[in-house]
Amino acid sequence: MSFLLTCPHCGPRAVDEFGYAGEVTTRPAAKPTMRELTDYVYFRRNVAGVQREWWTHRHGCGAWFLAERDTRTNEVLKVELPS
Amino acid sequence: MRLAPRPDERIDRSQEVTFLYRGKPVRAFAGDSFGSALYASGQRVFSRSFKYHRPRGLLCCSGHCPNCMMTVDGVPNVRTCAVPVREGAVVVPQNVRGSLDFDLMSVTDKIGGPFTPVGFYYRVGHRPRALWPLVEKFLRNAAGLGRVDKHRGREHRTDTEYRRARVLVIGGGESGREAALSAAIDGPGVVLVDEGRQLEGHDLGGVEIVAPAQALGIWEGGLVPVAHGDLLIRYRAEKIVVAAGALEQPLVFPGNDLVGVMLPGAARRLVEDWAIKPGERAVVLATDDRGLETADVLRDAGVEVALALRVTKDNPREIRAEGRRGRLHRVLVDREAIDCDVAVMSGGRQPAYSLLAQAGARIEYDERRGIFVPRDVPAGIAATGSVTGEIGNGAVPAPSYGSGGDKCFVCHCEDVTVKDVKRALAEGFDSIELAKRYTTVTMGPCQGKLCQLNSVRLIAQENGEGEAAIGMTTARPPWAPIEMGMLAGRDHEPCRRTSAHHRHEEAGATMMWTGSWKRPHSYGDVAGEVRTVREQLGVIDVSTLGKILVEGPDAGAFLDRLYPNRFSDLKPGRIRYGVLTTDGGRIMDDGTIGRLGDELYYVTTTTTGAGRVLAWFEWWNAVWGMDVEILDVSGALAAVNLAGPRAREALGALTDIDVSNEGISYLDAKQGVVAGVPCLVLRIGFVGELGYELHCPSPAGEHLWDTLVAAGARPFGLEPQRILRLEKQHILVGQDTDTESNLLSAGLDWLPKLDKDDFVGKWATELVAERGVRERLVGFVMRNPVLPLEGGQIVSEGRSIGRVTSSRFSEAAGRHVGMCWVPPELAQDGAELQIMVDGTLEPALVHLQPFYDPEGAKLKS
Repeated sequence: MSFLLTCPHCGPRAVDEFGYAGEVTTRPAAKPTMRELTDYVYFRRNVAGVQREWWTHRHGCGAWFLAERDTRTNEVLKVELPS
Repeated sequence: MRLAPRPDERIDRSQEVTFLYRGKPVRAFAGDSFGSALYASGQRVFSRSFKYHRPRGLLCCSGHCPNCMMTVDGVPNVRTCAVPVREGAVVVPQNVRGSLDFDLMSVTDKIGGPFTPVGFYYRVGHRPRALWPLVEKFLRNAAGLGRVDKHRGREHRTDTEYRRARVLVIGGGESGREAALSAAIDGPGVVLVDEGRQLEGHDLGGVEIVAPAQALGIWEGGLVPVAHGDLLIRYRAEKIVVAAGALEQPLVFPGNDLVGVMLPGAARRLVEDWAIKPGERAVVLATDDRGLETADVLRDAGVEVALALRVTKDNPREIRAEGRRGRLHRVLVDREAIDCDVAVMSGGRQPAYSLLAQAGARIEYDERRGIFVPRDVPAGIAATGSVTGEIGNGAVPAPSYGSGGDKCFVCHCEDVTVKDVKRALAEGFDSIELAKRYTTVTMGPCQGKLCQLNSVRLIAQENGEGEAAIGMTTARPPWAPIEMGMLAGRDHEPCRRTSAHHRHEEAGATMMWTGSWKRPHSYGDVAGEVRTVREQLGVIDVSTLGKILVEGPDAGAFLDRLYPNRFSDLKPGRIRYGVLTTDGGRIMDDGTIGRLGDELYYVTTTTTGAGRVLAWFEWWNAVWGMDVEILDVSGALAAVNLAGPRAREALGALTDIDVSNEGISYLDAKQGVVAGVPCLVLRIGFVGELGYELHCPSPAGEHLWDTLVAAGARPFGLEPQRILRLEKQHILVGQDTDTESNLLSAGLDWLPKLDKDDFVGKWATELVAERGVRERLVGFVMRNPVLPLEGGQIVSEGRSIGRVTSSRFSEAAGRHVGMCWVPPELAQDGAELQIMVDGTLEPALVHLQPFYDPEGAKLKS
């Protein structure tokens, strides 16, 4: 992994500067069953393709942002701050 | 002996350099390599081969093959043909018992052959099993390349640097120089990396030259690590131009490794760069013009060229080189013998495509030219020059010429012969990747540069498949061999020290790592430090705690959503304990939260959890988008915990804050001046005594520490603190809990406020409450004076039913005490446990209340 990622604040930087927090998940709106909770907490889609994920510019401005990345090529299609 | 000065020679005859070879001085000129100077001094044998210990001489003279590897100034495997001479350097041959001219181990070449065929070490010496370690030891001693001097240590450092380039050109040949110059027209930021010294004297205005240096690979994002002296430069390039050139290929015939058999480039460099006459009488065997032209170079140097043969035109059936004591003596072409001491062999050139392949280019076999060429070079990368496969004329040589006579090498590095490859194929290792691993062809120091194409041709011939079907092995970094230390770089692990760090050292503290911080383990008297806190007054540096300010209209609501308990109803000036859980209900971290104002909270975290908690806060704030600001003040503030029965009296003398129990009672937070320093005073009691945490600006931390120590507080370290908190059964997250622990199992069932709408971990906590906990964290006392290990097993009927997480001797309890996980039915006062201690089951009793001051009277006094 040595691709570049564009921080919405700081611009393109080496991926080593960032922390990765996995694909974006949806937190249940109301009390889930054990199975639903387990799915949300532990299971990921792990797609081979474009994935929406959380990143933080850990060794930079510290911002958390969302990126759309193709997990097969590491091409980053889009980055944005959460609205 | 040197030739008369040559027009393009690279030596400076006015500058002499002397180095030692086997203890004897060798005179060289500036511009010589160790190898060229040795050759000029008459040295012909440069090394002994890996397996058969055959004498080897200069083969490629371009730093690719293993033939010239020696130990220079204690560094093994130095390619002496490519490394410039240094005054006073000490050069010794390696991999030799005796001398290069008489190596005891060369017996393996004479008689070892039949006993040591390819892969023999997979079959021989394994039975009986006890034999193998001895055999392995012998083989490892016999083989191997060079020895690392274990005592040499840190004479030179390696470092890593990060640089950017607009255009990075790899290879300083003609095409590389052209590419660099044309890129430089568009502006600065052009870097040209070359492995040799060929760029000296070239005018490359506007181009930054990094040489001699090796590009080791191409990674995604345009990352190219370049080894340059003791520096590893990690280049990020917007565009990469690969002009890595092509590699001269040997011909395969019996005796093709004899001393005196060399590639065209070696002969050229000896004559043109270093003005050395390679020998007296030469034979040139080539498939291409470039190889044949070497005959002219040799003639020009006064060498008699007895034969210059285009092997693909005359198609000899058999070529054979014969030697005397390992040195070339004559060459036989279809049995016609020609006496000679130099034989130049050229099997054409193979594009050095590896970097392009790493970058994602496809490698395709070009039938017509008989070489592998790169295709579909990915975006952001360009290839230029002979690396693309544009390498002049040339025809495809036979995979091998003849099989009788001497050994016929496909791979010089690993001593793999044609016979070995055929045998591996016959044994069923018929794909290139399998044959490679079994025979180790391409796995030696040249990494396939001189042997891959020939081995593919040979396999293609034997299998009857085309070269295209066989393909090449995967091209992996590093492209050029480098010292391991280059990859390690310098140790960049940060060490954080508190503002009173050197005071701890002066006081004789034993320092220990906690995360990236250095903290005092103790000041040499653990029991004494514990006693002083219980009876008098102690002070501990807690600057390493994570400290976060949470401010804004939503601050209270934000903390309510993050923590299981409630903070919006906390009164300003009050403090509450908090535990963070994940949505899986797992305990993440703990600490105290003080409300400093209507919209301002001060959160402390554990030392090692500080970074994680900060990121956690900021992430949830990004998710929820609440009106709250989060500020990390961990490093900005120092903190000490002043604890003991005399804490009030000591603090009172240093501050105008009302320190009476009414003025600042248990779990109160006050701001004021202590010892002249603005402080946040938190009355909390991790160690179970009357105590105050004083948080102040870091620059004043040392002064505050000094003042408190002068006022009679005895410094205590982490180890005494661990005992003190254990006596109170205050948990340590990460020590007593792990990633499986939840609030209910850890005995914190009083903490979560399940009537809140939501908090992170609420559902999981509810589900655990419905299901019931599977284990519980409880205290225990040992019946006998023995100390169970942390991690020790709790045993029932021969099975492990739990584990000890903390254990110490408690002077206050007069017993060995601890915390442990047990099945819920045992979580009752007085329940009997059996704990495994040194192989014996020792009785213990569950003890749910703190071992010291169970009512907390001291804490609140």
